[in-house]
Amino acid sequence: MTPAISVAGLTRRYRDHTALDDVSFTIPGKTITGLLGRNGAGKTTLLRILAGQEFPSSGSARILGAPPAENEDVLRRMVFVREDQSYPDIRVGQALRAASWFYPNWDAALASSLLDDFGVRADKAVKKLSRGQRSALGITIGLAARADVTLFDEPYAGLDAVARQIFYDRLLADFAEFPRTVLLSTHLIDEAAALFEGVIVIDRGRIVLDAAADVLRGVATRVSGPSLAVDALAEGRPVWEQRRLGSQASVVIVGPLSQHDREQARSSGLDLTPLSLQQIVVQAATGVLAPALEAEAETGFETGFERTSA
Amino acid sequence: MPEMAGLDEGTPLFVQVADMLAGQIADGGLAEGERVPSTNELAAFYRINPATAAKGINVLADDGLLEKRRGIGMFVAAGARARLLARRRAEFTQRYVKPLLTEAARLGIGTDDLTALIKEAGSEREGASL
Repeated sequence: MTPAISVAGLTRRYRDHTALDDVSFTIPGKTITGLLGRNGAGKTTLLRILAGQEFPSSGSARILGAPPAENEDVLRRMVFVREDQSYPDIRVGQALRAASWFYPNWDAALASSLLDDFGVRADKAVKKLSRGQRSALGITIGLAARADVTLFDEPYAGLDAVARQIFYDRLLADFAEFPRTVLLSTHLIDEAAALFEGVIVIDRGRIVLDAAADVLRGVATRVSGPSLAVDALAEGRPVWEQRRLGSQASVVIVGPLSQHDREQARSSGLDLTPLSLQQIVVQAATGVLAPALEAEAETGFETGFERTSA
Repeated sequence: MPEMAGLDEGTPLFVQVADMLAGQIADGGLAEGERVPSTNELAAFYRINPATAAKGINVLADDGLLEKRRGIGMFVAAGARARLLARRRAEFTQRYVKPLLTEAARLGIGTDDLTALIKEAGSEREGASL
């Protein structure tokens, strides 16, 4: 099956820096993938190229099997919601009507119920909306378009936690009913983590992690307790963030722990705390996770989310 | 991950979904022959990706605890509760008794004292439920 999104050797150079450096990945259809990374890592450049709004210096991007730029067929099957999307001087209802003409699967009922949820009135002028309301309008268009490929680039500037939860809930509900390919870039990793089936982490223009979200859970564990017991468990394993205080120690162990490891840890008085996705992503850029992820792949961990990695 | 109904970090989410459904079957909350919530219902309730919820259901189906009825959904298989309870009893020593002994040893509570404590707590519990 043709992947919904495939990128090969994608590079984007600007005069004084390289925003994307030989990026390759594929995203299977009908999945929700998180595009994670720090500000300036290259997420927006990547999404703009996928949306056909920018050209790569070299390499290729394909959406639904075809290059997106100036490709009407592809563009109608794709929606791109940018951070701080700007709109012409029109009313909310007119913005929705314009979108309804462009997107063949547009659902007007969904659009108006989303606006209700977000508390945005259709007769209001877009330029009078608050920043959060403008984000809500972008999200409304992104979801109601029901496009085969839906790209969200940090779509919630100015939205509070309650409104963001509305976004996540409505995205999941509509995705469940109308599965499609969603790529969501965000820096609010932990609150969005459960949405993702796959996770791509980009750092300084390069892909540093491309894995199934389920595999990442439990890939690193903080172990703390008596130094001797910590050292015994950590022996021979990749670790990071070693800390000591008197007879106590704390270290992060990379790689999954077996049932036997856990029992041994408990009986020697160690506390085990799995790292959150956010903490794992922070570490991904250092490359320290790579051995653990390879080990997972070798043991044939059933991910159901196979990718060809960069 | 705020607002997520009872899920923790670390364990793969689909394993947690499977564990929670198994727990409900063992407690009788989901009776044998009863329909299990659909993938989409689980996804909405736990606020997780539907594919993750589907994997959780499949773990139990592969184990024979759930059975698929074409076009209707997944149902709790006959004998599922008894199998889960037997498994839990087998795991009881490992999961509860050993950690209890470990902590007791750390606090200098001997096996006799521990037995007395258990008896005391047990009779309080029975007294309260009368």
